[in-house]
Amino acid sequence: MSTASTPGVVRDAVDGPARTGPSDPAARAGTRTAYPLHVAGKLGGAAVSLLAVLVTSFFLFRIVPGDPVRAMTHGAPTSAEQLATLRRQFGLDLPLWQQFTDYCAKALTGDLGTSYQFHAPVGELIAAKLPATLLLTGVAVVIYSALGLWLGTRSAWHHGGLGDRLNTGVALTLWSVPSFWLGLLLIIVLSVGIGPVPGVFPTGGMESGGTAGFARVLDVAHHMVLPVATLVAVGYAQTLLVMRSSLLDEMGGDYLTTARAKGLRDDLVRRRHAVPNALLPTVTMVFINLGHVAGGSILVETVFSWPGLGGLFYQGLSVPDLPLVQGLFLVFAGAMIVMNLLADLLYPLLDPRVGR
Amino acid sequence: MTSAKPPAPSPAPEEPSAPDAVAAGGAPSPSASSFAWARRRASVVRFWQHYRTHRAGLFGLAGLALVALAALAAPLLVGGDVQSVTRAPGRALEAPSGRFPLGTDQFGRPLLGLLVWGARISLTVGLLAAALSVAIGTLVGVLAGHYGGWAATVIMRITDWFLVMPTLVLAIVLATVMSRSVWTVIVAIGVTSWPTTARLVRAQTIAVESRPYIERARALGGGHGHIMSRHVLPNVMPLVLAQTTLGISSAILTEATLAFLGLGDPTIVSWGGMLQDAREAGAVSSGHWWYLAPPGLAIAFVALAFTLCGRAIETVLNPKLGVPR
Repeated sequence: MSTASTPGVVRDAVDGPARTGPSDPAARAGTRTAYPLHVAGKLGGAAVSLLAVLVTSFFLFRIVPGDPVRAMTHGAPTSAEQLATLRRQFGLDLPLWQQFTDYCAKALTGDLGTSYQFHAPVGELIAAKLPATLLLTGVAVVIYSALGLWLGTRSAWHHGGLGDRLNTGVALTLWSVPSFWLGLLLIIVLSVGIGPVPGVFPTGGMESGGTAGFARVLDVAHHMVLPVATLVAVGYAQTLLVMRSSLLDEMGGDYLTTARAKGLRDDLVRRRHAVPNALLPTVTMVFINLGHVAGGSILVETVFSWPGLGGLFYQGLSVPDLPLVQGLFLVFAGAMIVMNLLADLLYPLLDPRVGR
Repeated sequence: MTSAKPPAPSPAPEEPSAPDAVAAGGAPSPSASSFAWARRRASVVRFWQHYRTHRAGLFGLAGLALVALAALAAPLLVGGDVQSVTRAPGRALEAPSGRFPLGTDQFGRPLLGLLVWGARISLTVGLLAAALSVAIGTLVGVLAGHYGGWAATVIMRITDWFLVMPTLVLAIVLATVMSRSVWTVIVAIGVTSWPTTARLVRAQTIAVESRPYIERARALGGGHGHIMSRHVLPNVMPLVLAQTTLGISSAILTEATLAFLGLGDPTIVSWGGMLQDAREAGAVSSGHWWYLAPPGLAIAFVALAFTLCGRAIETVLNPKLGVPR
């Protein structure tokens, strides 16, 4: 516990991506270069990652056994001629390398191909559904990060007590619950209603329609209650556990003893001294959660028929609509990479101990 | 620093090479071997003594024993033809009664029987997928940690890349493009969830290899394979065990998710598949909570049990983590 003040421990608490070994002194000395160099390195890494995602999304759908055209016709009897026409239409008759260069060139200009199912550009479909997903998961991530931070701090500060055990126990239990199941149960109990309990919330969708202005905001909020509650219940445990363990690491620090010796009140020691240090691994956590905003709620959106990207992904799967699923995969993975990049760039600014 | 155990028995008496005979202190092989086994036994006993002080861990273990027993005895308890739609004993969607304690599904099959049967697939997929994922992770981690250099840098960049990928999305995509079967689900989960293990194992490998006895083994002529398999692996194993236990619980959740999305094997009864059936049968809009509740509770119970066990193992092996008691 005496090692709590070394950056290695703080950084080890969360297995942050794309880091050199923190316990390696040489690596640490290496990061003590100018911040611009750090930025350039991380930017380069992220660019390579994005390129790798592009390559993966292409080959994943082509090298794996299965004929995309057969999938397109979905088992319906099709003549060889029709199959050949479809192949030509989607450029599947070209050699693989040419398909690949075409695909990359198009993807880099923002053209993700045409959906088999909706016969519309995938980019437009995604852009139309994006706001709903950002709203739902954005609100949920903000709530569960705050809840996790608050409960995790309380848990660690009074660790071992009844409150801590109860807190951790409840969080772990909710963590083990499948989100779609919790959503379905909430719908049954609070939307459909069982026995004498009347349904209070809508069973799904984003709005009832026919409202405008402030009434519409209220209506959307009403529709958001259950899906957000589901996401928060299943998601807050992770933030809680990370915050709890990193605060526990800090609590052995000598500087807290010093702060107490100065005569500071307990909650001042916590708020001003311990929590800011313990917050750092949790910041990475929050960014990773933000990265999940795009793709993290496939199940919840499906269950609550929320008109977002997750629901679109589910629709694409059931056909299967390969260009659509592929485009969404790019978006989901891209969001994660960008958020990780932001976390990596912010980290040295927030924590001066992590070499600039 | 991380492991509570002393370094694993370093002499490798089974190997007939000359340096190792010296390493074993010139002692005849049988006694050195039995000495090694005695030490292993002692460390298992010590592990159990620590483990049993964790009430949550014991609770998890008991729950697992219960579910495993039910899964193994399922053919005796509910009979092998519980999955059969044509020989279903009840009417469709019966409410719980004396004859069918949990009611029936839309085909008239007893839900209690299906629930017990579903434990088999959940546990199988959970165990195998976690084993696959941990095997890949351990291999990558030990190799990267042992060899170092630019190859390891490249391997770890790839690991980092996988770590950033949205695991569930990747698993869903893999399950979509491959044929519908249990093996597809196992591979999809295993191939997408190994990077955490790889990073942990690599860090542990580097820590182990900085100890003097590795240098000694190397000086006595131990090759790469010998050092990795005889010295590094035994020291990494406890960590891997904890990681596997935690991995099983997330594998079970992912399996249920894939089955719920209709990406599992449609001919096999699983908890996630039961939830999908329930949703398709309109259990939500008609308020049939007794159809929906049990499979989800079962998933949560097993996932929680594995998580509790994994956390207890982690705490025993790494006391620094272990303030949570």
